[in-house]
Amino acid sequence: MAPLIAELGLLFETQTDMRVDVQSGGSGRGINDTRNGLAQVGMSSRSLTADEVAWGLVAHAIAWDGIALIVHQDNPLAELEREDIRAIYRGEIRNWQQLGGAQQAITVINKAEGRSTLTLFLEYFDLESSEVRADLVAGENQQVILSVAGNPGAIGYVSIGAAEVAEAGGEAIRLLPLVGVPASVAAVRTGEYPLRRELNLVTLGTPSPLAAKFLEMIQMASVRPVIEAHHFVPVPQ
Amino acid sequence: MRSLIVRYPVADGVFRVLTTLTTAAVLGIVLWLLLGLVLKGAGDLSLAYLLTPPEASGLGGGISSVLVNTLLILSVCLLVVIPLGLACALFLTEMVSPASVAGQATGYCLDVLSGVPSIVFALFGYQLFAITLGLGFSIVAGGLTLACMALPLMVRTSQQAVLRVPADLVEAGHALSLSRAGMLRRVILPSARHGIAAGIVLSIGRTLAETAVLLFTAGYVLRLPGSLLDSGRALSVHIYDLAMHVPGGQPRAASAALVLVALIILTNLAVHRLLKTHRD
Amino acid sequence: MSLYPSDRWLSAALFGAAVLVGALLLGIVVTTLIGAWPVLAEIDVALFSVDWQPSTGHFGMLAMLVATLAVSLLALLLAAPLAVALAAWLNLYAPGVIQGPLRALYELLAGIPSVVYGLWGLIVLVPLVNQIAPPGASLITAALVVALMILPYGLLLADSDFRQVPTAQKQAAIATGLSPWGTFRCVYWPLCRGGIGRGMVLQFGRALGETMAVLMVAGNVVQLPTSLVAPVRTLTANIALEMGYASGDHRAALYLSGLLLLAIALGVMRLATGRGTP
Repeated sequence: MAPLIAELGLLFETQTDMRVDVQSGGSGRGINDTRNGLAQVGMSSRSLTADEVAWGLVAHAIAWDGIALIVHQDNPLAELEREDIRAIYRGEIRNWQQLGGAQQAITVINKAEGRSTLTLFLEYFDLESSEVRADLVAGENQQVILSVAGNPGAIGYVSIGAAEVAEAGGEAIRLLPLVGVPASVAAVRTGEYPLRRELNLVTLGTPSPLAAKFLEMIQMASVRPVIEAHHFVPVPQ
Repeated sequence: MRSLIVRYPVADGVFRVLTTLTTAAVLGIVLWLLLGLVLKGAGDLSLAYLLTPPEASGLGGGISSVLVNTLLILSVCLLVVIPLGLACALFLTEMVSPASVAGQATGYCLDVLSGVPSIVFALFGYQLFAITLGLGFSIVAGGLTLACMALPLMVRTSQQAVLRVPADLVEAGHALSLSRAGMLRRVILPSARHGIAAGIVLSIGRTLAETAVLLFTAGYVLRLPGSLLDSGRALSVHIYDLAMHVPGGQPRAASAALVLVALIILTNLAVHRLLKTHRD
Repeated sequence: MSLYPSDRWLSAALFGAAVLVGALLLGIVVTTLIGAWPVLAEIDVALFSVDWQPSTGHFGMLAMLVATLAVSLLALLLAAPLAVALAAWLNLYAPGVIQGPLRALYELLAGIPSVVYGLWGLIVLVPLVNQIAPPGASLITAALVVALMILPYGLLLADSDFRQVPTAQKQAAIATGLSPWGTFRCVYWPLCRGGIGRGMVLQFGRALGETMAVLMVAGNVVQLPTSLVAPVRTLTANIALEMGYASGDHRAALYLSGLLLLAIALGVMRLATGRGTP
């Protein structure tokens, strides 16, 4: 999300006299920093929990994104069943052959603690963090993509936006469809893709006048192309 | 004693082959690494690249603001570490004897500081400068933390430089009844200046390479800061961000890495020049 | 006392600088202690289990501690002999003309940031190791990259020691007809091995603190390494990975691991400076 907000921030700066500082650090940090006043606006690539809303945090949705499972380009499997995915991540299926694929050990890539991608993935697939048997833990989307691209037996999950950019850029990955729906920004847009998430800007209570202006700018139609260029789906107004 | 003519035909050969092979192998790997960088990143390099600000999170444009940020962080760091380092070095050489309690204690502290892992400095800098002192993510916080890291290096190299000042010069100063301050100003510092400069440049080199600390203190902000209290990303952080957070950013990371490597080459050359003149 | 009043100020300033150095060290220790306090105050055996699950309040650091030590030790075992071999070649076999440029190259390598080494490891080494055994990002990969990073420093230290061997000794070696191997074995090594040993222990300390490169190539799975190709997570990588996302007890646990690292690094330094003549 950070590259998108950074660009929107720059746009805001050219339109007004104000400065926008964007710090990277993940949804947990975005929420925490906003909560204790270190930041006026926090980025969160998931919706707020009940606790967080109770703290007085308000989410302003600006775009949709999806989370896709990715495998190496050469992996012959076209799709994976939900139960298979759960079994893979629990370490019960260790070889692609068991699913009708090549004779290749499965390398399971998980995301590190605190990442919203992890939280949403676990939630959707009804898994506990302690159940996951991973072979690799990645901190960032890019690391997952790089690792999958370099390993024919790997499987991981990343933001659809990031995966599409990488695939278009020639990285050796393939996005797997979920319950028959292809993992694409288009499917996220129509709402068909099941694993989608809200990209939110979070404020403590009502946003400050400055933050409000920034949020206002983002909702404008002229800003949509910017959001789409990052392979996210702008929230319709 | 052993016999006078010592030859070990087999061992000689093995030694020669082993050392030559290992040198070749290591150099090969290194060349492979550097070549990879060049192939991936050289395409973007140009004067414009250095002078244009970045666009699209660094995927386009150049690295001018990143270079400015790096320069500012470096300046804050040097502004603190040079006087402090020099003062401490002079304390150790001029004011106390190495065997004294004060001398030993200070020396011990410096040795320990040089062994502290950089991630601990990162935590320290974040907690003290960013949070407790309220500086937040800023160039100042980054510069101050880096100054703490570079301090032992600066002190040690300055110490060595000062100790090399010829004794007869010092004695001449005493003969002229120079005050201690006068002695420093007119005899010791001028004579040791090359060694001290080498220490400064070494600290610059060390600082340029540091990433983890800056992630926690100076932050990620990409464009020109309005003040030293603003966050600003240094070159090393830019490389990390492009490689890990920005899809398709690796070739750009390679370009930035080449610039950083070039800067390090320059600092190394400068140190060489300075130390050479110093020895003459 | 000096006759000149300005000297009083000067002395005070210099003394102040020394005090600041001490204060800095104290500050680092205290800050880390304070940060770790919430967990430190209730320290119990669970902290030394292999179960690291912050979301459920489990902060077992043993697996990561073992990983940290394993990566650094392995890296040292790989780099130390190589460093000596390269320094030996540089001093005994390298033609005069290339000695200068070669040294300059080694110095350059010593200055390259860990991110760059890590990037190379991620793109090149991990897929390579993966061919041998998935997942590629593992203990041995991290050890290889860290070894590559500490090699230049170890090399330059050994080289500097070799060069400081008195010329008289070197000339005597030539005069008695010693081959390069003989010179190494009878002159360089006996004189320098203490210093080189200490230097290598210092490099071990550096390897312990390595963060970025390890973060990128070690796999980051919290588990006890059961083989060389198993993915592991070091304490340093853990801090970098989770600090931005941690709060409360989780954050305190990270500070505690920082404290642990500090203690180990300092212990290692003690080892390096304690042996032989200071």
